[in-house]
Amino acid sequence: MSPRPESAIETRELRKEFGSQVAVRSLSLTVPRGEIFGFLGPNGAGKSTSIKMLLGLVRPTSGAAWVLGAPAGDVEARRQIGFLPEDFRFYSWLTATEVLRLHGRLCGMSAAQLRARVPDVLETVGLTPHRNRALRGFSKGMLQRIGLAQALVHEPQLIFLDEPTSGLDPMGRRMVRDILRAERGRGATVFLNSHLLSEIEITCDRVAFIRDGEVVESRELGDVWQDEISLVVHVRHVAPDTLAGLARWTSTARLDVDQLRFTVSTERVVPEVVRYLVHQGVDVSRVVPDRTSLEDVFMTLMGEDPGL
Amino acid sequence: MSAVLLMAGVTLREAARRRILWTALVAGGLLLVVFAVAMHLQVLEFQGRAMSPFVRYQVESGMLMIGLYTCALLAVVLTILTSIDTLAGEIDSGTIQAIATKPIARWQILLGKFVGFVVMIVGFVLLTFFATIWVAHAITGVFPEHAVRGALLIIFECVLALSLTFLLGTWFSTLTNGVLVLGLQGVALMGGWLEQVSGFSQSAHIVTLGVVSSLIVPTEALWRRAAYELQTPLAGSLSFSPFANVSIPSATAVLYAAVYLAVAVAVAIRHFGQRDL
Repeated sequence: MSPRPESAIETRELRKEFGSQVAVRSLSLTVPRGEIFGFLGPNGAGKSTSIKMLLGLVRPTSGAAWVLGAPAGDVEARRQIGFLPEDFRFYSWLTATEVLRLHGRLCGMSAAQLRARVPDVLETVGLTPHRNRALRGFSKGMLQRIGLAQALVHEPQLIFLDEPTSGLDPMGRRMVRDILRAERGRGATVFLNSHLLSEIEITCDRVAFIRDGEVVESRELGDVWQDEISLVVHVRHVAPDTLAGLARWTSTARLDVDQLRFTVSTERVVPEVVRYLVHQGVDVSRVVPDRTSLEDVFMTLMGEDPGL
Repeated sequence: MSAVLLMAGVTLREAARRRILWTALVAGGLLLVVFAVAMHLQVLEFQGRAMSPFVRYQVESGMLMIGLYTCALLAVVLTILTSIDTLAGEIDSGTIQAIATKPIARWQILLGKFVGFVVMIVGFVLLTFFATIWVAHAITGVFPEHAVRGALLIIFECVLALSLTFLLGTWFSTLTNGVLVLGLQGVALMGGWLEQVSGFSQSAHIVTLGVVSSLIVPTEALWRRAAYELQTPLAGSLSFSPFANVSIPSATAVLYAAVYLAVAVAVAIRHFGQRDL
C-alpha cells in the first residue's frame, strides 16, 4: 500500500482507541493537493484526534496514514506542514515576534529568511502594532492570530487548522478566509476543522462529514446543488393545467401563493421549464435556486442531536 | 543537534524571563548572608576562648560543611521545583503541540530542555558553592578538601533529581510529578540519615533500609560522597558530626548513580517519544 502522489493526505481505516473508548473508528480519507478541505462533524466525532494522528501527535491503534507522501508523523515531512491547534497557547513570556522567530527556526529557517518573513506574517494576521508585546497580555483573539501566524511562517505546503476562527471577531473571521484563499492561491493545501458550517461553505472546495470516527459523506461543495437543483420561481397567473404540465420535468411542483417550488434532476432543464411557463402565459419575475445549505446536509447526515 | 541547542536556549531564556533564576539566586544570596553572619559570630565567640588552632579549624570546617550542605539542599529543591512543570505542564496545557509538530524529533525537545536545565544547575551550584567557600575562607581562613570534586558531585546530585522530574513528567501531571519527586527525595534523605544513624545504633537492618533507600533514589548518597570529599579525614572521622564518614558511598555507588541517570533519561526519552500528546 502506498499513497497516491496527487493526494496531500490519505488515510486507510485509521483507528484510535483510548483504553476501551473508541475515539476514531475507521477513518478513510483522501485530500487532494491544492484544495481547502473542510472536516465536519459534531462534538466528539473524533475530528481533533484524527488531526492529531495525521500530525504524529497521537499514535493510531491501527490503520495507515500518509501526509505529503510520507507516513504520518514523519519528522522531515513536517518541514512542509503548519498546524494551528485548537485553543492555541504558547510561552506567555515571549513577544509575538519572538514566537514567530522560534517557530521559524524550529522549521529550519535562517535568520535572514526570518528577518524578511516575520514582519510580513505579522502584517497578514494584523498583529504588527503588537509585535513587541509579550503573549501574556494577549486576548484570545490575538492568541488565535499569532497561532495562525506560526502555522504559516515557514510557508508550508499543508496547513492544518483546528477551529481557526474560534475567539475571532467578524473582521478576524474575514481575515482567516482571506488568508486561506491566499494560501490556496500559492498552491498550499488547507485542512480545516470547524464547527462553523457557514465558514466552511464559503471557503472550502471539498468537505467530509465525520460521525463516530467514520467518514459518512464526502463531496465537492459544488455537488450540493449541481446534480439536483431546487428552484423557487416567483410567478403570477398560474393555471392548474400549467402546474400539471410540469410533470415532464419534475414530480415535486408545488404552488405556494405566488411562489412555485420544484426540484429538477439537472440544471440543464431550467431554461426549458422557464420557456414552458412563459408560453403558458405565466408572468415569471424571479427564478431563484433554493440552495441546500451545508447545515441542511449536516443535519440530514448526523440526525437528531443525541446530546453529549 | 541545532534543534537541541535551540530548545536549550528557549529553556534558559524562559528561566531568565520568568524570574525563576533570579528568585533562586536571591534565595542563594539570603543563604549566604545568614551563613556569613553565623561564621562571623563563631569567630567572635572563639576569640574569647583559649583553643588550639587545630581544633578551631576543625570546628570552622564543620560550619563550612553546614553551609555547603544547605547549598546542596537548596540546589536540589530548586532543581525539582523549577523543572516539574517543563514537560508535564506543557503537555497538560497543549503548548507542546505547537512544538512537537515542528520538524524536530521528540527526543530533541526533551534533551534540549534537559540541557538547558543542566546549564542552569551548573551555574547556580558553582556560584552558590564557591561563594559559600569564599565567605568561609574570608572570615575564618578555612578551605575544604577537594572542592572541585565536591562541586561536581553536588551538580551530579541535582542533575539526577532533574532526570527524575523529567522521567515522571512524561507520565504524570505537574502537581503529581512534584509530589512524587519531592517524596522520593524525602526517601533519599531518610535513607542517608538512616545510614548515618547506623553508626551509633549498629543495627544491620537500619543499614539495609538506608542502602535500599539510596538505591531507590541515589541523590543523597551523592551528597554524602561529596561530604566525604570536602572534609579533612579528621573532621570526617568525628562521629558526633552529622557529616561524619560513617558510611561512605563507594565509587561503585557513584557509578550506580551515573547508570541510574542514564537509564532515567533514556526511559524518559522513550516514553515521551511514544506517548500521545
